[in-house]
Amino acid sequence: MYTAIPVLTLMGLALGYALGMAGRYLKVEEDPITGEIEALLPGTNCGQCGLPGCSAAAQALAQGQAPVTLCPPGGRELARQLAQKLDVQADLSALEADTGPVFAHIDPERCNGCTRCFKVCPTDAIVGANRQMHAVFPEACNGCGQCVAVCPLQGITLQPPAPSLQSWRWPLPETH
Amino acid sequence: MSEFLLLLLGAALVNNVVLVQFLGLCPFMGVSNQLDTALSMGLATTFVLTLASAAGWVLEHAVLAPLGLEFLRILSFILVIAAVVQFTEMVIRRLSTPLHRVLGIFLPLITTNCAVLGVALLSVQERHGFLHSLGFGFGSALGFTLVMVVFAALRERLAVSRVPAAFAGAPIGFIVAGLLSLGFLGFAGLDFA
Repeated sequence: MYTAIPVLTLMGLALGYALGMAGRYLKVEEDPITGEIEALLPGTNCGQCGLPGCSAAAQALAQGQAPVTLCPPGGRELARQLAQKLDVQADLSALEADTGPVFAHIDPERCNGCTRCFKVCPTDAIVGANRQMHAVFPEACNGCGQCVAVCPLQGITLQPPAPSLQSWRWPLPETH
Repeated sequence: MSEFLLLLLGAALVNNVVLVQFLGLCPFMGVSNQLDTALSMGLATTFVLTLASAAGWVLEHAVLAPLGLEFLRILSFILVIAAVVQFTEMVIRRLSTPLHRVLGIFLPLITTNCAVLGVALLSVQERHGFLHSLGFGFGSALGFTLVMVVFAALRERLAVSRVPAAFAGAPIGFIVAGLLSLGFLGFAGLDFA
């Protein structure tokens, strides 16, 4: 038994060292821009761009195969940042309807606690339990809208955040 | 030479890892829904299995047997297999990005494929030499790939055929696997003498 301990330890160390060296020699040079773009994207792999996950989207963006407006949760602001990063002219007309960030909101009148929405939430922004009413943390929600699609009672809507002291504005004058 | 060929055939057909020895059933049932992914899984496993049985032989004869540590066989083989799989993933990633993307999720799964450990252990038990270990591993892996491809093709046809509701999905898959296994038992009658 006393030989077994050093032998296994040495074996683990040797293999780990070999793998570490192999990792250094076989390192794949990734395009640094891909990593930078991925850092900008939400990173929740919601799949609304039609690509399998945010890293695939970052690759497509870096190779110019996808428009900078591809990310619905990112909205106009992300498209602007991506266009700046990639130095391309962004065609923001498709995002004309985007008036700012939106967050999921659960209608307390309709929620029956079925837990379907928080199972699909990629950012764990929804809390709740079986037969308990669910609620959304706006700080964690990125407005991807997957919960809207699965709610059996149509009780989830995407709404702009409630006005705070910082974001409140006088309403525009209305003409009748 | 003919002896080597018989070893390959014997490992691939007569002692097929999946259908005769019932090793590696997880990828057999899990990754056999589509023909091309099954083939990719088979090829990745072939690579790892061949390397792992060679590495297992070296480990057994260079480290474990001289030090009288045969009781560490399972533990140390798992360690080596995990390292080999990790190394394989690095090499594939370096050599071919598309191949890495196809095999990507399957490669780490091979670590836990008991066929890899099983073949390495069996090879030691049967007291094969180094080349025979390599051949035994490669033959077993060929058998694994063959069975994966055959089963995936059968399941692709099952998916479009009318199966009674009670048997739809996994149950008919298990029945087909059983029938396939019975079929492979027929190879036991092959006379190599």
